[in-house]
Amino acid sequence: MSSENTPNQRREFLRKSLVIVPAVSLSTSAATMALSSESRAADAQTADVQYEPRYFHPAEWAFIHAAVDRLIPSNDDGPGAVDLGVPEFIDRQMQAPYGHGAFWYMRGPFKTDGEPTLGYQLRLTPRELYRAAIAAIDDWCRATHGAVFASLDELTRDAVLHQLESGKAEIATVPPSIFFTTLLANTKEGYFADPIYGGNKHMGSWKMIGFPGARADYMDWVGQYGKTYPLGPVSISGEKA
Amino acid sequence: MTIKKKPVDAVIVGFGWTGAIMGKELTDAGLDVVALERGAYRDTSPDFTYPKIVDELAYGIRGELFQRLADNTVTVRHNVGDTALPYRQYASFLLGDGVGGAGVHWNGQHFRPSPEDLMLRTHMESRYGKNFLPKDMTIQDYGITYEELEPFFDHFEQVCGTSGKAGNLNGTAVAGGNPFEGRRANEYPNPPVMDTYPATLFAKAAKERGYHPFPQPSANSSRPYTNPYGVRLGPCNLCGFCERFGCFLYSKAMPQTTILPVLMKRKNFELRTRSEVLKINLDSTGKRAVGVTYVDAQGQEVEQPANMVIVAAFQFHNVRLMLLSGIGKPYDPVSGEGVIGKNFAYQMMSSTSVFFDKNVPINPFIAAGSGGSQIVDEFNSDHFDHGPHGFVGGAYIIGGQTGGRPIQQLAVPPGTPAWGAQWKRAAKDNYLHTTNVATHGSVMSYRDRYLDLDPTYRDSHGLPLLRMTFDWHDNEYKMTRFVTDRALEIVQAMNPKAHSTLIRQPGGHYDVRQYQTTHTTGGVILGTSPNTSAVNRYLQSWDVHNVFVTGASAFPQNIGYNPTGLVGALAYWSAKAIREQYLKNPGPLVSA
Repeated sequence: MSSENTPNQRREFLRKSLVIVPAVSLSTSAATMALSSESRAADAQTADVQYEPRYFHPAEWAFIHAAVDRLIPSNDDGPGAVDLGVPEFIDRQMQAPYGHGAFWYMRGPFKTDGEPTLGYQLRLTPRELYRAAIAAIDDWCRATHGAVFASLDELTRDAVLHQLESGKAEIATVPPSIFFTTLLANTKEGYFADPIYGGNKHMGSWKMIGFPGARADYMDWVGQYGKTYPLGPVSISGEKA
Repeated sequence: MTIKKKPVDAVIVGFGWTGAIMGKELTDAGLDVVALERGAYRDTSPDFTYPKIVDELAYGIRGELFQRLADNTVTVRHNVGDTALPYRQYASFLLGDGVGGAGVHWNGQHFRPSPEDLMLRTHMESRYGKNFLPKDMTIQDYGITYEELEPFFDHFEQVCGTSGKAGNLNGTAVAGGNPFEGRRANEYPNPPVMDTYPATLFAKAAKERGYHPFPQPSANSSRPYTNPYGVRLGPCNLCGFCERFGCFLYSKAMPQTTILPVLMKRKNFELRTRSEVLKINLDSTGKRAVGVTYVDAQGQEVEQPANMVIVAAFQFHNVRLMLLSGIGKPYDPVSGEGVIGKNFAYQMMSSTSVFFDKNVPINPFIAAGSGGSQIVDEFNSDHFDHGPHGFVGGAYIIGGQTGGRPIQQLAVPPGTPAWGAQWKRAAKDNYLHTTNVATHGSVMSYRDRYLDLDPTYRDSHGLPLLRMTFDWHDNEYKMTRFVTDRALEIVQAMNPKAHSTLIRQPGGHYDVRQYQTTHTTGGVILGTSPNTSAVNRYLQSWDVHNVFVTGASAFPQNIGYNPTGLVGALAYWSAKAIREQYLKNPGPLVSA
């Protein structure tokens, strides 16, 4: 059912967001951030087993949390990206064929000064793109704001994300807008994909928007014009809500 | 060391729709046939089963069923003289792979072309005068008429169990169907898939504008159905996981659900998967094919001798194989001479997200890749007077959606940021109340739009990739603006709270990062003369008479409709000519 019918869950999301914000704001080092974000991830998963990143280093893990938390924030409207395990989703995707660019044509030569309309031309796989971009963004944040991205307050993080999106961030090693596009796409994937990939915990995003997930059977409903489909989502592994 | 196989009567390169059609028809004729497919074997079970298949990330986004670009892709440039760069990631078009090819993950949108589409140059010049066409537009007649193809359109619809409503039965107009369609000998084998709610809203608005909307013809069966081969399809349940996915319900026509259950049992048919053809081999005269060379699953090079070669891969691959094999003269855009690679064309879409208030429940996930939507065909082909508008071609307008898969298909109203709290609220508030109105338009062929071999980039075998030289021309910008404006008038009459439109505009470029369609055409075009076409009206190579090339590579320019109905009909038409004429007297079926 839609989130309007699950007030307890919404309060839970709100509570978590209140826990999260000071942790992000007060942390001063990447190592501290990593610890707090891990505990935060565990908190977000409540009954789920705590997820330990297998690809991202602690500083990267902190960056991912701090970034996706702004791309899809937690608030009264419904769960945010961190609540739904999007960092876990992205870390797991880094080990998957996607992270290795396994399905992409990755033969050279790589010409990066071509027309943008001719598409992605970097030699970096997604996992290499994340590694290079996060290090460069943290360096830039240190130079311009005196702290790594994950330690910045929400407004400053939003400003940095906008600068990445528009390509105005002064990052030399990777085109900032390409990284931003990738990060935003992966964040929305983790938010909306079936929970088997580690994001969209308990189908939180599906409940919020009203998508029935893996039900995939609407013959009885196609002719019921003007009525909202009444059933909540199911997942591929059989979870129901 | 090349392994040499026992000779066969016919070898088929690629095992999608036309490979399956040719396999069925040629084994019917008693031939020993081997089909070579570079991808894996796939079938409804175990490959498309529920719930595994309803996984948007795996199939809809990562492209589990698509050809792996890692091994082989195309390069793209906008103009002659530019450096082409590889199409490294999927977006603009989605190539198929494995048994069934793109016929597995298509939408099932099953149209016929309009009669004038098949004789477009003659038709346009006679109605509007010879000066109406731009000088660099190289459109041609097919050299086949709609009437000649009608039995083959009909048969392919019977095989697919296509659902729809006729608008022209033997010359008599039928209410509720497409009033612009060519003569049909028979009603569709199945009634239309039931309209979704947004399709009814679109149709009502279209009727208010004086148009004649009709249910989208769909190769999704609307009821239990047994096709002429005795293969059974089940009714579509509008699951919303259609294009980009295989069908778990045996509803969408794919080779697996229509032809393969019969063909795969035949003793005179053999399918070899993971077998990638690198070359068609010619004899010392260069006028006759002796078979093909392929690389098998173990990486061994294998020679398969055959009396006949059917090139039945996807359009791009057909063109490339002809170039790699040295069959037919490669096209030269400077001189305009040569035929292989000539008249590459595509399609041009516009898409409008239509946002309603919260009291209008669209339920976007109740949808099929085809069926359940409504079509307005007033502005396609030459269904209207092009004279005042100064362009050739057109588009159909479609109302409805193919699914509500949130990663790909969730839209937010214009002015919403792409992320953050406002985006999330807009996603939440609009998801259940949004539908789509799109235009699906033709692209003409031009002297400077073509395919050849890339000088730099190579595939996993070290062979050159195919290079696409393509950008939009003014004719298509005018077409999409005109038809999209008509679509937007319908959208206004639907009385939504907001809408946002993606349209290609002059000054832009063809952008590989935006999905357009997978309907690339041309490069091995059919026609009436070996000077201007690669294959004759029976899809037989003008140069090497025992090579036949099926698929949309034969289209001399693109149509506004989805191509599969025409692709299937042309394959059946070609097969009949092979069976009834060529086998009795092997040689050119049309004298040059």
